[in-house]
Formats: sequence, C-alpha cells, structure tokens
Amino acid sequence: MNLENMYQEIILDHYKHPHGKGLSENFAAEVHHVNPTCGDEITLRVTPNEDGTLAVSYDNQGCSISQASASILFDQLNNVTFETGSSAVDHIIAMLQRAEEPNEEVLGDGIALVGVAQYPARVKCALLSWMAWKDAAIQATGKGE
Amino acid sequence: MTELDVARIRADFPIFNRTVRNDRRLVYLDSGATSQKPRQVLDAERDFYENHNAAVHRGAHQLAEEATDAFEAARATIARFIGAQPDDIVFTKNATEALNLVSYSFLNATLKAARSKPLPIGAERFVLQEGDEIVVTEMEHHANLVPWQELCDKTGAVLRWIGLTDDGRLDLDSIEFTHRTKVVSLTHQSNLLGTVNDVAAVVAKARAVDALVVLDACQSVPHMPVDVSELGVDFIAWSGHKMLGPLGIGCLWGRSELLSAMPPFITGGSMIETVHMESSTFAAPPKRFEAGVPMAAQAVGLAAAVDYLNALGMDKVAAHEHRLTQLALEGLAGIKGVRVIGPTEAIERGSAVSFVVEGLHPHDVGQILDEQGIAVRVGHHCAWPVCRRYNVPATTRATFYIYNDDADVAALVEGIKAAQKFFGVGE
Repeated sequence: MNLENMYQEIILDHYKHPHGKGLSENFAAEVHHVNPTCGDEITLRVTPNEDGTLAVSYDNQGCSISQASASILFDQLNNVTFETGSSAVDHIIAMLQRAEEPNEEVLGDGIALVGVAQYPARVKCALLSWMAWKDAAIQATGKGE
Repeated sequence: MTELDVARIRADFPIFNRTVRNDRRLVYLDSGATSQKPRQVLDAERDFYENHNAAVHRGAHQLAEEATDAFEAARATIARFIGAQPDDIVFTKNATEALNLVSYSFLNATLKAARSKPLPIGAERFVLQEGDEIVVTEMEHHANLVPWQELCDKTGAVLRWIGLTDDGRLDLDSIEFTHRTKVVSLTHQSNLLGTVNDVAAVVAKARAVDALVVLDACQSVPHMPVDVSELGVDFIAWSGHKMLGPLGIGCLWGRSELLSAMPPFITGGSMIETVHMESSTFAAPPKRFEAGVPMAAQAVGLAAAVDYLNALGMDKVAAHEHRLTQLALEGLAGIKGVRVIGPTEAIERGSAVSFVVEGLHPHDVGQILDEQGIAVRVGHHCAWPVCRRYNVPATTRATFYIYNDDADVAALVEGIKAAQKFFGVGE
C-alpha cells in the first residue's frame, strides 16, 4: 500500500507513544489551535527558560498524523531558541509543499512526515502543532516574523 | 415493487468509468456531501448553453424567450416533484442560502419595523421582539444553526433547542414551546446520525403556539418521496447537487402567503417592481428573492435530475437505500470495536451511517478506505454539536444512493477491517 510512505513505522510509534504529551503548569503563552474541517485540536504552552530557550508543553486530540507530528515537535523544539524553532517551522512547511528536501538535522523524526505531502488534505494535520508553536512562541517572546 | 437496476444506473454516470488510487474501482459513499451526476443532467445543461443560452427574463430576442421558457419550465418540474406550485419555489445558490433567506426575512422585517419602513402585508409574523424564541435541534447542520444564532445576536431573540436521546432521536419532551416561540427550524433527516425526524409531531407542537416551521430537507428530498402538501411545514430548503443536479443551485419552498409577506433578502436587478433614486418597490415572489441574472442552466440541469429520479420512482429509491442501510448496519455491527453514532436499526432512518472505530481517528480510517478506492467523509460533517453530544471528536460517514450496491457495502466493511489491521487495533 502506498500509504506506508505516509504511515511510516516511526510515525505510528510517535502516534501510539507520544513524547511530552501533557501541559505544564507554568507558561508565558498558551494557544489553542483547531483544524475546523475535522475537529483536531491542540493546546500548546510556551515558557522562556533562563538561558533564553523556550520550553514547550502540549495536549491534543486528533488523527495519527497530527498526534505524531506534535510528538516530533516536542522532540525537536522543546528547549530551543525562538530562531531555531522558527526555522524548523519554515522548513517543515517547505518540505510539505515539496519546496525543500527533508533535512534530518532540523526535523529529526519529522522527515518521516514527508509522505504526507502526497495527500494535500492531510498537510494541515501535520502542520497543526507547528503553527501552534509559532503562534505561542511569538506571543511568549514578543518576537515577530 | 421491482428493485433498482444498479448496473444500468451506473452506466449513466460517466464518473464510474474512471478508477481512483492505483486503478481501484470507485466505491462512492459520499453522496450525502454531494451526489454524482448522470449524463442526462450534463446533457441538459450542455443543450441549454449550446442551443438556448441567454439571460432569462430580459431581452426581446428569441434566445431570451427560449431561455426564459426553459428556466420557468424547470421551476414547474421541480415544484411538481415536491407537490408544490411553481411560484412558491425560489431558486438560491444552495440550501445554506435558502435557510439564510428565511432567517434574514426575520432580521430585515424586524429592522424595517423598528424604523417604521414599509413592509409587505402580513410581515408582522417576521418581526421579532427581544425575548422571542427561536427553536432548533441539537442535530442540525451548521447551515441550520449558525444563521439562527446570528439572528438572535442581532435581534435579542433567544435560541433554544430540542435535545437528543442517547440513541440519536429528538427528545421532544426536552423543551416546551411557548407563546414566545416564533419559529422552529429542524432537519428532516440528520446528515450525521441518519435519523429521520417525526416532522408531524414537531409541527403539532409548533402549531399549538402559532410558530412557523422551517424544514432542512437536504437529506430527504434526494432520498425519499417528499410532498409539501402532506408535511404541514411552512418552508423547506434543499440543494440540487445532492440529488444528481448541478452545483450552484438550491431551492426554497414557502407557503405563498408567507413568501408574499417577506421583505427581500439579496437586492438588485430582477427583483424590483419600480425603482426611483429615493426608493424602490419589489416584485412578487419568487422573483422578489432572485436578484441578478439567475442560474438558468443549473435549473435546467436540476429539472433533468428530477426527471431521472421520477423515472426511477422515489419509492424505489427509498426502498433501495433502506436495504443498503440495513446491510451496512448489520455489517458494521459485526466488526469488533466499531460503534454506530445514530440509530442502529434501519427504522425511521436514512442512509447516512456514521461510525467510530475504537483506537482509530476517522481521518486515518478515511485514508485507508481511500487507498482502497472507497470515498467516505470524515470529520464533524458540519454538525459539530452532534459530535459533542455523543462525545466523539469526529466520525467516519458512509452514505448510500441509487448507484450503490451490495458490493459497495461489502467493500466498506472489509475496508474498515483492513484499517484495523493496518493500525493493529480491533480483533
């Protein structure tokens, strides 16, 4: 089945055993993003650490792609700077638009999401948590685009 | 009663000549969202454009006459299909617009009355006071909920709703209608649950308090015989594209004395009687509600769809779908971990069958089905409050129509099992 390109084992692993799921009590910014066509939801919180990096926590519900993507986001963006996180968000968007080749250094397991690009209806699922992070990170740091 | 000849019907639908996703046979189970179109409908539209095209109700030339005749003949055909008079049918761009036409009649009458502006005779029925009540149900499509919420926000009227029972039926005892209840708007058949509502019971309660009744018939007119002279409601709204017709056309039927009493909704050309720089007066219905050059080709296409359904017989269409629904409900009941959201027996229910698969998100179910050529809808189906009522984030929905057969139901059942296997859930 072609689908195996999208549902790679690593994606299914993140889906079944999500990393970092659960909201932390302390936060500087909280956002709630939904995918209105299917009802997938994520609440995501960002807190600046003393070293200037950003801690992230989240809780979500939704399909395997959106859940796995959030788990991967936690691996990649928890305790990184705004700039590092933002460029990862830019890269995953470009990857899903097939404008850039997957870069494992930036996305880690997230390169496995490249198969989603062949199913346009699912791109939103893969990006939900990343867009939420960007929104929260901007609010928490006051930094813009 | 002989059954529908599905093979012969499918031959009329060009889309079934194609395959999807790696050369799979198309199993189209998403007619609740939009139906496929038979060649007869496409030919009728093409014939209009190739041989009679002109702006209707304008122009002094032969083509304009022919186009106008075709448009009005289509209106008459569509009216007969639901037991109505042609002048009581208003064409809109879709059912959503038809429902908004009614809700905006209340708003516009209320606003004009507050400024003592002229209104049609009988418009008092549409003037709302703060504290008046609008009643919907908890199973409405957003198209029959959001317009009423907006109307309440703008007028101070109060939105109330009929709740649902655990098995997907209206809980008619959940609220009392009062003398403040001005309008009750409900769906004939739920697009998510499949429930066919007891319209007569709601009408009886509404009549007791002199409230108007609006029926969202999007999922009933395409699937069962509907006769407005028997329903007892005041308005029905439905769309053309769910009943084999073209996109871009919907219909509103209203009792003629009510349509006559309603101020216009969308204004501009065609809908006027006289126009001066200071003010204008308006045409009688249905033209009062059809501003601008109308969708004549779509009306002609929709009339061809009506002819097609009439030739099959709506009784047979309903019986065919009932049998497939029964088969599907039995098939789903036989899969461990699958739960139907809505009535689990094919009693007072249509062919919209929503379900959840334990451990699997509907998006993932839909994706695996799609890989096998099976087109279903996933999500909240524009009925988010229904999902909340039954504590599910979303559902997978199959809907059946005249071109579906037993093999399609079997494909669905096997497809769900394949999804469970792929994700390692279920048996």
